[in-house]
Amino acid sequence: MDMLRILDVDGSLIGESPVDLNEARRLFAAMVTARVYDRKGSALQRQGRFATYAQFEGQEAAQIGAVAALRPDDWLVGTYRDAAAMWMQGYPWDALLLGRMGDERGGAPPVGVNVLPPSITVGGHMIHAVGLAWAERMKGTDRIALTLFGDGATSEGDFHEAMNFAAVYTTPTVFLCQNNGWAISMSRAGQTASETIAQKADAYGMPGVLVDGNDLFAVLTATRKAVRRARAGEGPTLVEALTYRIGPHTTSDDAGRYRSDDDIADWRKKDPIERLRAHLRSAGAWDEAWERETEEAASAEIEAAVSRAEALEPFAAEGMFDRMYAKPTGALEAQRRLQQGDAS
Amino acid sequence: MTEMNMAQALNDALDVALSADDRVVLLGEDIGVTGGVFRVTDGLHERYGPRVIDTPVAESGIVGAAFGMAIGGLRPVAEIQFLGFAYPAFDQIVSHVGRIRNRSNHRFTAPLVIRIPFGGGIGAAEHHSESSEAIFVHTPGIKVVAPATPADAKGLLLAAIIDSDPVVFLEPIRVYRAIKEEVPEGHYTVPIGEAKVVREGSDVTLVSYGAMLRDAGRAADALEADGVSVELIDLRTLSPMDHQTVVGSARKTGRVVAVVEGHRTASLASEIAAVVQEQALYSLLAPVERVTGWDTVVPLRRTEHHYIPNPDRIAAAARRTLAG
Repeated sequence: MDMLRILDVDGSLIGESPVDLNEARRLFAAMVTARVYDRKGSALQRQGRFATYAQFEGQEAAQIGAVAALRPDDWLVGTYRDAAAMWMQGYPWDALLLGRMGDERGGAPPVGVNVLPPSITVGGHMIHAVGLAWAERMKGTDRIALTLFGDGATSEGDFHEAMNFAAVYTTPTVFLCQNNGWAISMSRAGQTASETIAQKADAYGMPGVLVDGNDLFAVLTATRKAVRRARAGEGPTLVEALTYRIGPHTTSDDAGRYRSDDDIADWRKKDPIERLRAHLRSAGAWDEAWERETEEAASAEIEAAVSRAEALEPFAAEGMFDRMYAKPTGALEAQRRLQQGDAS
Repeated sequence: MTEMNMAQALNDALDVALSADDRVVLLGEDIGVTGGVFRVTDGLHERYGPRVIDTPVAESGIVGAAFGMAIGGLRPVAEIQFLGFAYPAFDQIVSHVGRIRNRSNHRFTAPLVIRIPFGGGIGAAEHHSESSEAIFVHTPGIKVVAPATPADAKGLLLAAIIDSDPVVFLEPIRVYRAIKEEVPEGHYTVPIGEAKVVREGSDVTLVSYGAMLRDAGRAADALEADGVSVELIDLRTLSPMDHQTVVGSARKTGRVVAVVEGHRTASLASEIAAVVQEQALYSLLAPVERVTGWDTVVPLRRTEHHYIPNPDRIAAAARRTLAG
């Protein structure tokens, strides 16, 4: 299967750009901002201010490029490694940070932001994007649902059920697999005997496309086509964005046990931010001061959000009893009294 | 009022819900053209077309899609053909359906109903006779309902469909066509979380639900013939359980027999015994008795009756509480 690439590894344009230079600059700034967050995430974890953190470094083009194809009211259903995509679709930094600090308020984006909190278990969430898209069609809207998942998730049975339902009912769902080469320590080669993940779409009766996941223009072009198709009622598409997980699985993982630094060095040469920077520079649309200002603005914005999130008082001890149902059950009220009695 | 069996009453409830609210959609295997393996959805596909959806054979997909639909603003009612086929969907139920309200601090909710026929006694194949309701009762964030009569089945299903939280709705297979009673017409609800005192008595309390309620009733008849006054409670909702009604009765009679078809260990009967000893110990005149299925796979047709509690076992347990 051919792989769509619009920006070559050296940043030269070898196809048709899906955006004008102004939009390319906006998306470049978004990738830079996302990377600032990602670096802070790892640092906050090392400082003990975050729970485990799953870095997405190297996958910025896949996430920002995919979400750039959405309308602000479309649904996004992703995973613990998709903070860049979630932020791009309107999920506030504060909520992303709270989630990683271990606070359930992190799962509550503002009303109007149609982004589900990240799925932590692997694979079960893709069918939710099918149900959401189906509901929108039954309600008569033209919203679509984009679901993000990794190469590992394609081995789960739920991948099959989600792809099958979406195709059978032509739901307006876009499946975007960030094939980052690794599912913790299991390599892509060990995950499936298929030559590509994109080709699996054929078995379900939907289009599958393979794109260079470190090429923002390629990801955006393919996702935009899939989104248009979904919105037009023509059904789902599987997009495989071939990328690489530069970091370990999470801050708890030691990737040195199962892969070599040479692989990482090779993929760093294909860095998605460097690639778009080279393109913008050659078009006279980039300068170092602007990128530094973008980084500094992102850093200040995220630091302010960190301060707000850390200043937020944790839930009261009894908060857990109030979140299970619209109204706590009698059993939960009794347990609340027990919990409070034993704690006092 | 019309006389209906439970399958008809449930069909009527779904008809009422579908006609009252465009957000209600049904999905499941063979529920459309065929009307469901137990014919509970008979005729609804003709009346409501695309809102009654035949699905591929994929229980996790059915529940996962219904979950997405519910978050998206619909009121899905999913059907799983038998409780023994629900396990592939259990990950969706325990990992997502019961958690999204907590995970999102109430921002997203999943008001869906998962209808599942349960229990044995019809000599079915393996996997078709399960009473593993305790697994669902042990799962936070969902409600579990199990009606025993046609009128309660209709009212509880309509209550489940308008509930703000997800409900696993267990339908006793053995009762579907076994009893008929007057069922009110149109929309009405039976409150979730409230047990019913089916008959009042003063010597011993039998607590049960689902198909076992009839056998508990037959045991009560036998005991009454011997001059024992029996209070019979139908739990109706397994989670959240109505402790007040059970404990109130235990304090009155001083003797409790919990009757469930599920496996004995960590069963609803175990929970009833725990609640009663916590809240009514000093009223008890005898240990709480559990009459249950065993910790075995439900035997196949030829020996199934050795597993499922029967009126004799229930009455014998009640007599043990009276012997002291």
